[in-house]
Amino acid sequence: MNFKGTTHISRDDVKGIVDRHGGFWNGYTWIDQTTYVETATRDALDQMLFIEAERMSSCLYESADCDSERTVIISELQGGENDPDTLLDIELTATAFKAHSYRHPTIGWLPDLETMTRDDLYEHYRRYYVPNNATLVIVGDVEADDACRRVERAFGGIAAGELPLRMRTTEPAQLGERRVTVRRDGTTAYLKIAYHAPPVGHDDFAPMLVLDAALTGAKGLSLWNSFRGTPPQRRSRLYQALVERRLASSVGGAFAPTAQPFLFTVSATAATGMPTEDVEAAALSALDAVRDNGITEPELDRAKRQLRARLVFENDSVTNMAHQLGFFETVSSLDTYLGMPARIQAVTISDVARVAATTLTASNRTVGWFVPE
Amino acid sequence: MLVNETQTTPAVTMNLSLEAGSLFDPADKLGLSYFLARIIDRGTTRRTGDEIAETLDLRGVSLGVHVTRHRLALSCSCLSEDFQPVLDVVADIIREPACLEEDVITRRGEILTSIRQDDDNPAVQAIARLMALLYGADHRYGRRGKGTTESIIRIERAALLGFHQDRVVPATLSAVIVGDVAASAAVDTVARAFDGWHVTAAPAPPLNAPEVATSRRRDVLTMMNKAQADLAYGFVTIPRADPAYHAYWLMANVLGQYGMGGRLGNSIREQQGMACYAFCSFEADEIPGPLVVRVGVNAANVDRALESIDGEIARMSAEGVTDTELDNSKRYLTGSLPRTLETNAGIAGFLQSVERFDLGLDYDQRLPSLLDAVTRGQVNAAAAQTLSPERAAVAIAGPYEDQGSTPS
Repeated sequence: MNFKGTTHISRDDVKGIVDRHGGFWNGYTWIDQTTYVETATRDALDQMLFIEAERMSSCLYESADCDSERTVIISELQGGENDPDTLLDIELTATAFKAHSYRHPTIGWLPDLETMTRDDLYEHYRRYYVPNNATLVIVGDVEADDACRRVERAFGGIAAGELPLRMRTTEPAQLGERRVTVRRDGTTAYLKIAYHAPPVGHDDFAPMLVLDAALTGAKGLSLWNSFRGTPPQRRSRLYQALVERRLASSVGGAFAPTAQPFLFTVSATAATGMPTEDVEAAALSALDAVRDNGITEPELDRAKRQLRARLVFENDSVTNMAHQLGFFETVSSLDTYLGMPARIQAVTISDVARVAATTLTASNRTVGWFVPE
Repeated sequence: MLVNETQTTPAVTMNLSLEAGSLFDPADKLGLSYFLARIIDRGTTRRTGDEIAETLDLRGVSLGVHVTRHRLALSCSCLSEDFQPVLDVVADIIREPACLEEDVITRRGEILTSIRQDDDNPAVQAIARLMALLYGADHRYGRRGKGTTESIIRIERAALLGFHQDRVVPATLSAVIVGDVAASAAVDTVARAFDGWHVTAAPAPPLNAPEVATSRRRDVLTMMNKAQADLAYGFVTIPRADPAYHAYWLMANVLGQYGMGGRLGNSIREQQGMACYAFCSFEADEIPGPLVVRVGVNAANVDRALESIDGEIARMSAEGVTDTELDNSKRYLTGSLPRTLETNAGIAGFLQSVERFDLGLDYDQRLPSLLDAVTRGQVNAAAAQTLSPERAAVAIAGPYEDQGSTPS
């Protein structure tokens, strides 16, 4: 709805302002934050700031636009459901959390999408889209003082709002293994194993990042671009245990920086004809071995070197740099981001053993199967 | 070989491309090039698969091996300090893959699983069926690059080594190095790594232009287990060398790219709220390439979406673009060039295209004037020549049925 026109930008013009400068713009939302990204030639800075200021303060939320966007979002949700892996991930996450709102998929549940009103949406917009709840990052070929003056011109007239209350509900400790099985027509079986894991600000985050690298290969820290493509993982524990043993055709790990404890998730695609229980048994055997014995010094060294390289690769453009600065300032702090390379390098083998022993337990995990019928 | 020095990050991207894509697959071994791509980095005559994996994993390097219809490309980024050892490994992989029997078995199993996943993916099915409609199921553009279950089962180690011998040759290698490395050092490293490599390519099979479409074609794959349908709708256009290339590019941008999906996105997604995506892509190569409209839509809206596409195609064909639309698209494509060239990988991809289509190393400098010189008449002529609902190919996959549907 925040691309549908504002008080000063008509619905038909909103997409052209930056595009005429060869610009790229997009937005996404996940469990902690919503991010808008624009990249264009330097002469478009004022136009970009104008759009973002309008987006923050003056979106219209016309009823007709709400109706048409509702069907677009439902279509997006159904497109996601076409993918068994996505479907299983939604069910797994909802099973892993009982109390915390992390259990809800970002795109929402179909009955909510069908019934939420224009006023529901507008109320959410007005509550969260205030300057004191936002972080603006500019990276590129600009002069800092000049850029700040332009920001002041664009945003200075927007009044601060009452800061929205933060979630106070925390997830109670899981008391035993949970399981979920999705049965649908399909061709391929999928397995997911999720463990509650520390948030980005926690001392155990960096050791967990190293543990994930040792288990499934290092990805990096950017939701914007680090999780695209395959990580360097062929020597990782789970690749060796599942793919090289022909139990699975692929395996991956997901551990992202979040404000509050979320999940470390291992996903595997079962090889054709391979019983899912065999894939699960092999995966749990590898995970339990790390839980009981930790990782080796060569694995620690490899994981740290991978992460050092990935943090360089994920900052190779002004867009990617801006995203990371804004993301971390929103979900944690800039210091968390800037200090992460040192935190990673300081991780010891006993740190990894500690987080493996406390995280990879049976009572902390949720196992999900997609069973094709 | 092309080298571009950049200092944005202490990293280097290498992109090595060869003329060994899926159109070179023998008719009885579809998926051979894809299979080779999956196994080529699993060990060489000098290094075991574990040694290669350790060299790359230890440096945070994820080597991508990708196959298109024409090319097999190996690409990755590494820290500048790791350039030489990584390049040495990549060159070894290109020159002398081992394709050991045990790896053939493992990768074959992975490919078969991947094909089964594709069988359950409406988007993949819609595109594959559209290409078969546009070019013919037996044409080298109309076949499935990943092969079929039957063809993959037939592929043995000897066929993989034979394909490598015939097609992975120095004469078609295009090496692009971009990043924080001195050009002279990059050239020396690549020259050393490929020193003494002398192999001659087997004759390339003929690649014919497709027959000109004279009627509308339609293929529906019913997949009632899915929540949403994917539509792929397209035409055969022109080869990359055609002087009208930039006019076609601009026409496609107005039709289905500018803003959020051009006219198509505005009509189907924004105005009617029917689809989560609606856009078009345009590619041109040695022979006329496809212009493809893609829409993801609820099954109840398939017919409406199709009517909307037909309407936009007919309007574009009859009326062409407006001066404002053309000006906007020119400004967009010109202004987006710096973004395309912002990352090492982006520059490497651009330079590979420059080399492949012999565009000249000053193409990035000339591109704005090439686009600016395109007239509205040329864009409209491109639209009139190519776009016609009566000659469109339409493929639908998802929870949708009509007469002649192919049951999933």
